[in-house]
Parts: sequence; C-alpha cells; structure tokens
Amino acid sequence: MKRSFLLYIFITIAGLILIGRLFQLQVIQGADLDPNRNAAVKVIYDYPERGYIYDRNGKLLVANQLSYDVMVVPNEVTPLDTIELCKLLKIDKDYFIRKYKTAQRYSPWLPSVFLKQLAKEDFAFLQEKLHKFKGFYIQKRNIRDYPVSSAANVLGYISEVNELDAKNNPNFQQGELIGTSGVEKSYDSILRGVKGKKFLHRNRLNKIIGKYKEGSEDTLAVNGQDISLTIDGELQRYGELLMSGKRGGIVAIEPKTGEILALISTPTYNPNMMVGRQRSKNSVILMDEDNLDKPTFDRALKAEYPPGSPFKLINALIGLQEGVIDSDFGTYCYGGYRYGNKESDFQKCHCNIFGGPIKLNRAISKSCNSYFSTTYRKIIDNASTPSKGMDIWSNHVKSFGLGNYLGYDLPVGSPGLIPTGKFYDDNNKFSWGATTTISNAIGQGEISTTPIQLANVTAAIANKGYFYTPHILKKANGKNINNPKFTIPKKTTIDSKHYDPIIEGMHTVFKTGTGKLSKVNGIDIVGKTGTSENFTIINGIRTQLDDHSILVAFAPKDDPKIAIAVFVENGGYGSTIAAPITSLLIEKYLNKKITGNNRKWIENSMINLSLQHIYDQKEIILKTAFKD
Amino acid sequence: MRAEKNNIFYGIDWILVILYVVLVGFGWMNIYAATTTDNSSSLLDLSTRYGKQLLWIILCIPLIIIILFFNSKFYEKFATILYLIGILSLIGLFLFGKNINGAQSWYGFGSASLQPSEFAKAFTALAIAKLLSDRQYNLKLIKNQIKAFIVIFLPAVLIALQPDLGSVLVYLAFFFVLNREGLTLNYIIIGSLAIVLFLLTLLFNAPTIIIAFFIILSIILLYFLKKNKGYLKFNWHKIIGLYLVAGLYIFSSGYIFNNVFEQHQRDRFEILLGLSKDTKKIGYNTNQSIQAISSGGGFGKGFLQGERTQGNFVPEQDTDYIFSAVGEEWGFVGSAFVIILFMLLLYRIIYLAETHKNKFGRIYGYGLASILFFHVVINIGMVIQLLPTVGIPLPFFSYGGSSLWGFTLLLFIFIKLDANKSYDL
Repeated sequence: MKRSFLLYIFITIAGLILIGRLFQLQVIQGADLDPNRNAAVKVIYDYPERGYIYDRNGKLLVANQLSYDVMVVPNEVTPLDTIELCKLLKIDKDYFIRKYKTAQRYSPWLPSVFLKQLAKEDFAFLQEKLHKFKGFYIQKRNIRDYPVSSAANVLGYISEVNELDAKNNPNFQQGELIGTSGVEKSYDSILRGVKGKKFLHRNRLNKIIGKYKEGSEDTLAVNGQDISLTIDGELQRYGELLMSGKRGGIVAIEPKTGEILALISTPTYNPNMMVGRQRSKNSVILMDEDNLDKPTFDRALKAEYPPGSPFKLINALIGLQEGVIDSDFGTYCYGGYRYGNKESDFQKCHCNIFGGPIKLNRAISKSCNSYFSTTYRKIIDNASTPSKGMDIWSNHVKSFGLGNYLGYDLPVGSPGLIPTGKFYDDNNKFSWGATTTISNAIGQGEISTTPIQLANVTAAIANKGYFYTPHILKKANGKNINNPKFTIPKKTTIDSKHYDPIIEGMHTVFKTGTGKLSKVNGIDIVGKTGTSENFTIINGIRTQLDDHSILVAFAPKDDPKIAIAVFVENGGYGSTIAAPITSLLIEKYLNKKITGNNRKWIENSMINLSLQHIYDQKEIILKTAFKD
Repeated sequence: MRAEKNNIFYGIDWILVILYVVLVGFGWMNIYAATTTDNSSSLLDLSTRYGKQLLWIILCIPLIIIILFFNSKFYEKFATILYLIGILSLIGLFLFGKNINGAQSWYGFGSASLQPSEFAKAFTALAIAKLLSDRQYNLKLIKNQIKAFIVIFLPAVLIALQPDLGSVLVYLAFFFVLNREGLTLNYIIIGSLAIVLFLLTLLFNAPTIIIAFFIILSIILLYFLKKNKGYLKFNWHKIIGLYLVAGLYIFSSGYIFNNVFEQHQRDRFEILLGLSKDTKKIGYNTNQSIQAISSGGGFGKGFLQGERTQGNFVPEQDTDYIFSAVGEEWGFVGSAFVIILFMLLLYRIIYLAETHKNKFGRIYGYGLASILFFHVVINIGMVIQLLPTVGIPLPFFSYGGSSLWGFTLLLFIFIKLDANKSYDL
C-alpha cells in the first residue's frame, strides 16, 4: 500500500462521518418548524373578548368590562420621581420596590404587571400624568361584569391558568383566563373564542428583534360566542330572595324540555366579588372551609339529602307497576307502623288518620308512613329473596335518574345513593329484609338525592313517565342547541297509566292535604311535601339534627310548565317553609307577579324568615363535638 | 520562459485558488449572518465583526501577492529562520502578550491583536519539510525521529503554556507527515488506541475495559499464533509486557481524568459521552449549536433567515461555532457542501504534493493537508457534538484576522511551491 493513501482514507472516512452525523441531525431528526416551540420565537397572544351570557328571555347576565393594569418594562424606565409615582398610583414605597424587582427578575425587556386593575376614576387621571414616567404604561384588559348580582354558582367564574395547568395543556398559557366553575367552565370553549397569535423574533437576551417570517404565520383573534341559558333570570333572582337567611337548594325544570329554569343554592354571593382587585381577598372568605355557609358549594347540584316523603311517590309508582297494590288497596294506620316484635320496631306516623282503610289518594295527601311502608314491604317481599326484591325496586328507582350522575351540562354534581341488594348483602353481617330497610319506604335510611335529581323526578311525574336530561344551555351564538343528549326523552320503567292516581294524590296535597295553606288561586299545583330527618355522627353517636323542609311540585296540573324541588336545610316541616316558597315561585313564574294580600304576606314572611339561629346552634354542636 | 517566470501568477493551481475563494466568501457570508443586526449599515462598517472580517479578507490580497512574489527557493532556504522567528514570537508572548479569556496568546496593536500561533503552524510545516527533505535524513533512526519530534513539539509546548490546548492538538497532525516520510505507523496506531481506551474507560469502568481488552487481545494473538506458529514463539515476555502496560494505562486513565484534567475539560468529556445532561452551563454552547444545526433541516432556512443565528443564540457563533450558522441557514445541503469543499481541497493538495519531485514541496504539502484536516475535523466534530469542546477555528470560515492570514499563508506558500515545481530538481 502506498503511504500516500493513508491520508486519503482518513479524509474520506472523516468526511463521511461528519456528513453522516449532519444527516442524522438535520434530515432524520429534522427541523422542528413549530414556531410555538422555537426558543427564538416569542409568541404574543391577542386575547379575544369573552362571550356574553344571557338568560332565556334575553336578559343580560354576564358582560365584560374594561380593566386597566399598569405595566412596566424595566429597561425602558428612566430616572424618575418615585414619590410622585407612588402618590399617583396610591401605593407605598415598599410595594414599588418589591414589584419593580419582581419585574426586573422576570425580564428587563418584557412588560410585567405593576399594578392590577385600577379603579376607573384613577385611570382617567393617571392617563394624563403617566407619560412623564417612561417605561410605565397602562394596558386594557377585559374582565367579567355582572349586571345582575345573582346566580353566582350557576354562572361560575373565570380564573387565570396556573403554571401546572399550562404545563399539562399546551393550548393554555399561564395567566390566561379560563372558566373554572359553573357555565363559564362547561361552555368555556364557546365563550373563550380563539386567541390571536403574533410571532416575533427574539434574540437570546429575550429582546425582540423583528417579526418572525414577516408575520406570515400570525393569526387574528376570534371573539368568543354569546350564549343564552335556560335560566329565567327573574325567577332565579326571586328564588334567591325568598331563600334569604336559609340554607338549601331549589331547582326548577321545564318538564317538556328538561330546561333548567332556576338553580338556586343559598347562601349565595354576589358574582362581582370574584372580579377586580378584591377578588383574592373575597375568594379567601368565600372558600373558607370553616364557614358552614359554604357559599361556593352548589347545594342544588351537590348536596345530598335524604329525600323524605316525596320519595313515597316513587314507591307508590313501583307498587302499582309491580302489581303489589292498586288504587283500591288500603291500610290502617295506628299512629305508626309496626314491623317487628320488639318495642323499638315501630315507625311513627303523623297522618292523624283514624279508621280507614287509607287508600292511595289520602295516603299521599296526608303522607301516611304506614301505607308506604306496607307498599314497600310488599315490593321487596314479592321476589324470592330480599336481595332480588331490592334489585327490582332499585332498578325502578334508578330509571328516574336517581343514584347516579344525571348527565346535565354543569361541571359539578353528586350521584346520591340508591341501595341495591348487593349493597345490603355487603354491609350486613346478618340476614336482612324489607323490615330492616323499612326507612327506604319513606325516603329516609340509606337513600340520598340531590335537589336537581328530585326536580327531575318531579318532571318525570309531570310528563307521566319520561324526562329530558336537565340542561342549562339554550342558545349559542343566537342558534338553538340541538344536542341529542338533551332532546331524546328518557323513559322510566313505570307505565304511563300508573301516574294518574299519583298525580291526583299530589293534587289533593295542595287542595286539602299538607300543602293546602300554600295553594294559589287559579293555578292547579300538584306536589308533595317532605320533612326529612337528618343525622350527624358526633363522638361516635348518631345525633339527630333539625329536619330538612322539602317540597316537590309541578304546575299547572294539566299542562305542566314548571317542575320544582325545594330543600331548606333544617327548615322543619315541608309544609311550613318549602311549600310556601314553592307556591310563590310557581305563581311568580306562571303569573309573573304575586297577587292578593294573603300571598303578599306569605311572600314577605318568607323573605324575612331567617334560620340563622338554628344554623348557629348547629355550628356550636358540631364545633364543640370536633374539638373533643 | 523568463517572462513567464516573472509573472507571479504563472503556474499556480487555479482549482486551489477557486476553492479558497469559495470557502472564504461563503465563510464571510455566514459571519455576516451571525453578526449582523437590524441597524447595521455598510458592509465595511469597522464597528461590526463582518466589516472587520471583510477588511481582513481584502488585506489577504496584498499578502497573497507578497507570498507569490518570492521564489519557492526562498521558502526552502529561509525555512529555518522563519521557524526561529515563529518560536521567538511565541516566547515573546510571555513577555509582551495580551491576555484574552485567560490565555496569553495575542500581541496587541491598538484595538487589533495578532495571534502568532496561527502563523507558527506554517513555519513549523516549513521547518519539518526542510528537515525531512535533507538527503542525509533517514527517519528509521531514533536520533532523527527525536529531531523531528523536537521541531514539532517546541512550538506545541510554547502554545500549551499560554495555555491554548486546542491549538496544541493540531501539531499531532505532523505525524501524518512523518508517516508519509517513513515513520512507522505504530505511533499513530498506539496513539489512536490510547485515545479509544481512554474514552472507553470513562464510559465504562476500568476493570470491565481491562477484561474486554485482554479477551480481544488474546483472541487476536491466538489467531496470529495459529496462522504462523513461529511468529510469536519467543515473544511471551513482550505479550505479557503489553498486557501490563495496557492494564496500567487503563487504570491510570481514570486517575488522570480525575486528578490531572481541569474541571472544564472533564465537563466537556462528560457532555460528549452523554455522562452529564447539562444544557444550561457548560453544555450550553454545544446544545445551542446542535439545536441550531438540526433546526436547519434538509435545505436550511435561507440566508439571514435562521432565527437562532439571527438571535445570537449560539455563543461564539462567528468564531469557533461558525459552522452552526451554515447548518441552520443552509441546512444539510449547505453543510455537506462545505464538508465536500474541504474534502476536495485536501484531496487536491495531496494529489499535487504527490506530483512534486522535490521532497520539500511534497512534505510541506502533506503538512498543510494534515493541519487543515485536523482543524476541520476537530472544529466541525465539536460543533456537531462528535468530539469534546476544543476551541480551534474552522479554516477560512471563522472570524479572526490571524487565523485567516495564517491559513492563507499556509495555503499560498504551497501554491507557490507547486507553481515552481517544474523548475526544481
């Protein structure tokens, strides 16, 4: 081999290695041309205006307002009169130094927020003076504005995307506003619009040195779409007014469509509290864990209560469907129902009917425990084993949308609980039967439901056997929504004919039964009162608290336009608080006003009725209990 | 004949000149891309780096004319003196040198500075050519080998003391020259083996490598033993000696790495070998360079369109990392084009050197080719993360007058020697 070849070979090998490595880097790994991930490209976002929210009648519920932030770019700041600036901005010197250092640390070249959300009157004044201070300028931002201060939990609020969310979702930037609760969250993608992007070219010091690709990849912002809710703003506001001083949830549904007319959870708060400079201070108060008012907890959707007497309706329907009772079936009531041999195996009843036999219509209107316990027992015992009987019963109940999430278009909810045979098999060491679960007959025991679930049951009864999944969105961008999830009816397992005697019974409730004091002239209200016992565990002992006041109703009887469920925590009898509130809401919705001195007096007394003393007592009981 | 001889352009190899012009021109375009800003104006604006470089390039023209003006015999006769001048200029640095970035490698002239080590390479090449072309000289003799080593390592040691270790590496290139002139290949083989073993020891651990090395060596020896039974018959002590030396070397390389190397040198090795994932501090340059190059893709983003180059993301991009600008703006096509240009240049130099009947010209040509080869491979290898970070310039490309003039001097002395080769015998 000629010695001269050695260098030739080396050059060729080395050249091929270098070219091969370049091929690997440039062709195989290739160019990542996504400017969003290019360190040399800075993306500036242009945030569109968020869509407005209207109620079903076109009343504006949520709008936007301009807010003014003072921004600073540290490298553009020239020596200034600090004291004058502090006076102008109404800040102290410590704040100035702290914020300025933060901005400098973030980036000397980029704007940082120096002072958030100026008052409007400050803005006008500042705009004239601020030009003296180089590097400081005012930036406009859109924030939410609530012309009507109700429905806070329904509407929800928007928050800045935090670092973690921004990391998990590349479509969001830190600090960007996104709906975090209520409708703002459910329909965030409609309301938010599409942000515009401007690609700028920057150097490694983060200084902008020009447009990226002459702006050829820039996009314009697309404004968010307006939406209309199914909520009736006036009914919502009125319901919140009636519930003042009381904790609880009210849900009103239009049975023919499943549209939610009102979704009231009290105590509520003014949605404007979650906007502006006071927001962080307010949110601490609103989300305080120790505050049993829990204003941000949506009781109408999330609170699980024992449904109490209204649940008897379902038991009666199942009894009819299973053929264990008919409309002629009757029982006797001896101030209660004895289901065992022991002294304690006795369920009290307050129907005050002596003699009999008590038939379905009277049993409903007077809410007779004995009747429904007998019925329940017949249902369970109709099958070969209690477990099978319970499963049959449970499937019927669940067909009303109970025991699971309803599937409505709001971001929070609870499944509630409807026990099955397996539930008792797993939880009982000893044999069990209809009598040991007899509380289910009257909507107590293991059963729990949310107000919206119960309103939905009422709508299903009003429709005589089917319901539309409740929903809150009516229109987006002026067009009606046609979501098959909400337009295809869901059938209950009970035949339509069995509803008539039940509805008649419920009609009697408001004519001569437990709701007679709340009847409204000219409106045929059909309903059922309830008083649900509730307990808490204190030091391992089951302790009874004041009863919840409950009512479900729909009206008018022959052409149901509104179905409603009212829960008032610790409100006592259903007939004393829940019934008048329901009747007022129905009257307001159907007649648009309350007429008659008697009705006005009831309205006033409901608005002024406060249960705060009961809640205070409860709080003392609970707090002392958990201290021990 | 006489008239032709007086024409200084007579007989020069235009292919080399064209390759030179293309490399320098393309190099300057990339320096322009790496250092231009939106508000810079004239091309000859001397406050900018591309403006200064353009001036250095223009000043190459008189330099080339001067080089070509001398007869090739001049370089042969004065090789020793030029070498001594080079050595003196290197020694002078310790007295009058200017310290930039911790290395005392420059002479300052006002705002400009000159780096004598860039010229010392050319003078060393001349001196080696002079030494080896002596008719009495025989490289088989140890005495003569030592002489050659001294000529090579004297400037290398002086440069190492500045300290500028990157430039020292280049002097290893002269082993190719010595090999071409009869030095046994063993030096290159042992040297390469030492480097490979050193890197492997860092990647794995000493015992693993020793065992692997012994197994491989034993297989090779057994193979030879079977093939030619007599060949290794009486050399058991040599074989055992080889095992021992290799074992000691592998053990000590870990020690050397941890105790003799400086921290920044260790970091560079660790980043190269993937032992450390640092992309913020010491690995920042390499990481940015790789990002820029791979973002160029197949066809590049176009002249002045590379946002990383325009945004100065790669530190030292106009000097040692200039190849990353090529990679980003001209893509794989452009980068491969540059490498092929260099390969053509080297092939052409070796081809021409082999045609010299005069030993001096041939040896000098080999020296030139070897130095350029080392510079190109080490520089580009570093920029594309095949080699550890070693700060030496890419010939004709990197910003810097001394380096440009140094390589121009190296190349055009050869072009002149080549132009006159037919007269020498």
